[in-house]
Amino acid sequence: MKILVTAKRVTDPDAKIRVKADGTGIETAGLEYKLNPFCENAIEAAVQLQEKQGGEVVAVTIGDDDAVQNLRTALAMGADRGIHVKLPDAQMDSDLAARILVKLFEQEKPDLFLLGKQAVDGDSNQVGQLVAEYLDLPQACFASKLEVAGDKLTVDRELDGGMETIQVGLPAVVTADLRLNTPRLPTLPNVLKAKRKPVQELTIDALGVDPALTVATIAYEAPPARKGGIKVKTVEELMDKLVNEAKAL
Amino acid sequence: MKNILVIAETFQGKIRKTSLPAVTFAAELAGKVGGEFSIALFGSGVAGLAGELTGFGAKNVYVVDAPGFANYLGGPWAKAVVALAQQAGATAVAAVSDTFSRDLLPRVAARMGAGMVSETTAIVGDGAGVKFQRPMWAGNVLGTVEVRTPTAVFGVRGTDFDPPKATGGASAVQNASIAFADDGKATYVKFEPTVSARPDLAEAAVVISGGRGLKDAAGFALLNPLADMLKAAIGATRAVVDAGICPNDLQVGQTGRVVAPQLYFAVGLSGAIQHVAGMKNSKVIVAINKDEEAPIFSVADYGLVGDAFKILPELTDAIRKHKGL
Repeated sequence: MKILVTAKRVTDPDAKIRVKADGTGIETAGLEYKLNPFCENAIEAAVQLQEKQGGEVVAVTIGDDDAVQNLRTALAMGADRGIHVKLPDAQMDSDLAARILVKLFEQEKPDLFLLGKQAVDGDSNQVGQLVAEYLDLPQACFASKLEVAGDKLTVDRELDGGMETIQVGLPAVVTADLRLNTPRLPTLPNVLKAKRKPVQELTIDALGVDPALTVATIAYEAPPARKGGIKVKTVEELMDKLVNEAKAL
Repeated sequence: MKNILVIAETFQGKIRKTSLPAVTFAAELAGKVGGEFSIALFGSGVAGLAGELTGFGAKNVYVVDAPGFANYLGGPWAKAVVALAQQAGATAVAAVSDTFSRDLLPRVAARMGAGMVSETTAIVGDGAGVKFQRPMWAGNVLGTVEVRTPTAVFGVRGTDFDPPKATGGASAVQNASIAFADDGKATYVKFEPTVSARPDLAEAAVVISGGRGLKDAAGFALLNPLADMLKAAIGATRAVVDAGICPNDLQVGQTGRVVAPQLYFAVGLSGAIQHVAGMKNSKVIVAINKDEEAPIFSVADYGLVGDAFKILPELTDAIRKHKGL
């Protein structure tokens, strides 16, 4: 089985993000970057499938020059080779990312395209679904369990209100939720090995993708802060505040 | 985006009330761009529910009722929604952001050639210059976005728009003939609902969430008497769900459920960025944690530093007395 999988570079998910004073973006000074956690789940799933039944795992990232570092993490987790489409996040929306990935899908012709269900920076949760529609492929989003049997994939999907199971025929698009697996930490030998794995660099010009955005973020601001609260010392004091001040009980 | 089609959702044979704030969004947007809105209801055996949607000022309530729509599948549903949007002359489609619409709407957007705004929290400006706000980076950033396509798709954050107001008018119910185009590429197998006697997280006036500080299932169960008494929904942090103590759909946060109840209790949870993203718009937040430096205290209205195992029974007892139970 040949699997294409995403490896998006995101700001450290646990970092406190601050907006630039002029509202043109976020403060990046001192920020660390990581592999998108949901992409880690997708990569882990791809590598596990490969370990079971062979085939090839191709990891793809779209991002600035530094995004190759995170692509190397995907290679260290077990992907065989990488594709780095050079395009900064600021020049991208979900739709453009999807149209780039559609081109790569058409080039690579994988049996399965695994993505993280969302990137924890833009939080849009669109790309996998867009790709599936552009390619007229079945999708299984928010996957928490995957089983392959022949040319069919059985997927458990985490929904509000319960767990759904669907079956999709390959090729298919699957987006990973957090419960799909526990992503492995790359071992040092694998990190070293990953440095020698091939990475193809591409541009959207070379791919023939129109850079136009459908949705553009034109300003960034900090959300209104909650008014500072107080600390109470006892349950009695808490009850008094909830009943008499907040009138919440 | 002057003619907006709102997707109302059904769940287990009923209108999902949490999907209706999208009607409020559409009414507001229609007002600001000088347009109108209609509501669409898809499903099998749902025609009888249309009457519940006719009082909100929509021009039409479209019903697509066919056996094929008994269960959701992304590909065929996206085709059907776009077909209805074309029949209805709609140039925008909106639905409340939940796992149903997050799956469906991007496909609809791709099919319409429309830009999509996810998790829309506000409409800014009006007319041709109308823009939208949405949270990014787990709610630490509020982005203002403009849609650059003639058509648009909106995921609407349900906690940021009120339930729709009854206008007293009566929308026309239109039975739309849209076929379920099964391409055979995906098959529904089963759905296992989370069985709970408690209200749904998104609908409850009081939510009580527990974190790792409650240690295990027995510790987490200490939330039950309090939840019973307040008719509260129970939520959890990722750590609790990962430990198998709670079902997945009780996870509150950036990538789980977003709630904004009247009263939110955060018990034994530190307040990680990802969790806070899902609850910081709650009206009143109470935090109970033994670590006085825990970040949850910076978003809480009332913080109580101490051992949750000791405080929970005391608090439950105090509320019981207050309520005269």
